[in-house]
Amino acid sequence: MSFGTEILVKVGVVLAFALNGAVICTLMDVKASAWMQRRPGPLHVGLRGFIFPLAEVIKFIQKEDIVPTKVDKTIFKLAPAFILFSVFGLFVVVPISPTLVVVDLNLGVFYLLAISTLSTLGVLIAGWSSANKYSLMGGLRAAGQLIAYELPLILAVVGVVIQAETMSMVGIVEKQIEWGLPFAIAGQGIAFVIFMIAATAEMMRIPFDMPIGESELVMGFMTEYSGIRFLIFYIAEYINMFVMCAIAATIFLGGYHVPLLPVEWVNFYGPVVLLTKTLGLAFILVLVRWSFPRFREDQLQNIAWKILIPLSLLNIFVTSIMKVVF
Amino acid sequence: MGAIDIVSYFLILGLLLAAVRVVTTSNVIHAAISLVFTLAITAVIFLLLSAEFVGMVVVLVYIGAVIVLFLFGIMITRAPLGQNAELDNEKNKTLGLVISLSIFALFSYVIINSFDGKMNITEGTSTQVLGEILLTRFVYPFEIVSFVLLAALIGGITLARKDNALIDEDQV
Repeated sequence: MSFGTEILVKVGVVLAFALNGAVICTLMDVKASAWMQRRPGPLHVGLRGFIFPLAEVIKFIQKEDIVPTKVDKTIFKLAPAFILFSVFGLFVVVPISPTLVVVDLNLGVFYLLAISTLSTLGVLIAGWSSANKYSLMGGLRAAGQLIAYELPLILAVVGVVIQAETMSMVGIVEKQIEWGLPFAIAGQGIAFVIFMIAATAEMMRIPFDMPIGESELVMGFMTEYSGIRFLIFYIAEYINMFVMCAIAATIFLGGYHVPLLPVEWVNFYGPVVLLTKTLGLAFILVLVRWSFPRFREDQLQNIAWKILIPLSLLNIFVTSIMKVVF
Repeated sequence: MGAIDIVSYFLILGLLLAAVRVVTTSNVIHAAISLVFTLAITAVIFLLLSAEFVGMVVVLVYIGAVIVLFLFGIMITRAPLGQNAELDNEKNKTLGLVISLSIFALFSYVIINSFDGKMNITEGTSTQVLGEILLTRFVYPFEIVSFVLLAALIGGITLARKDNALIDEDQV
């Protein structure tokens, strides 16, 4: 296979995987909310509510794509692309099985953290270019939140990198197979909880949806977007949720392998195992979303700077000591 | 000339255009966005030169942190939409041109003279070599540089901290 065809196939697979993941997550989200709050729409209408994501997408595509007169047009149109680029880029290093990975970089974890910072930029310029006070407020809140929660996200992963002695995603999974237990049980439990909290904040989902907060900021940085551009933000949130859960499952929960299953057959059951773990984590996020109220802005910043960051630094400290001792 | 050379020339052309746009545009946010593209292309060029660690540091630190904080700072103070005439500075154009050309000449001279156009990696990836060198041969400079960060942290806290004696308790 030539280099060009290989790239095309990989891009196609990633697109299919990402969009289907987003659809599954959307369905899970609305179904859970419908069960918890007795909403008839996603429960009974149209094939028992299973065509809900399809209807949603068609609704947004046939809506008019409005670009207000006073906005900064180039940047207004560019902003969704930044966010989409960032979430698709995350798929590059997530291994579905030892061989089924777009590219296994030596610096896989480092790459993830670098590429995920790009979405902050998209959110900021979306807020600014909309020429709307609510949008700007939402953009600033979002940037403050994303900057604050990026640190615990990175620091939580550092503990795993020290324990696994590698930054390659496949390498981290191999190390967990070697240890016999996933890192969430074998020493990095606190890091796992910190990672999941910080990842929820990075996705800007409830209880961390202060930047969007529809009761006070209309729709935050997305206020002026409509039609397909709004749909891009909407889908990007669910793709982000899917890929963040896949990353957490890979780094902390043993990725494509479960203890007791034979390692030689990992290429067969790997994708199923990873998908199960990913959707399990996503389901927890969905339950959290429909159970908890929103954090206030100062509480949100306090949790990041006063609890999560010191805790993750402590985790790194203890992990390094254990590494030297044993 | 292979495909990778052609790609590199296009990248360098894009880099130059984006870099010129940073200094010629009269909207401060547009300048920042052009700077993002400049840095992103620089990161890609580093990747093509198999310096993947440096490439990713450029993305993580410069795009992900420095530019985001730039934009955050600009937006929290004052960022008008549209053109801003204050940003055009006719007086210093010659001086700026002289300084940037001399920096370009200096860097070209240093880089061409010290490497002879060769890469000097004998074993392992460049990241591994970089890590080992940083923590063995250059460990003292590495540790001393971290004092700059400490000083910046202390400075930031000093500026941001309100002195309790100066606050009227009733108004808090």
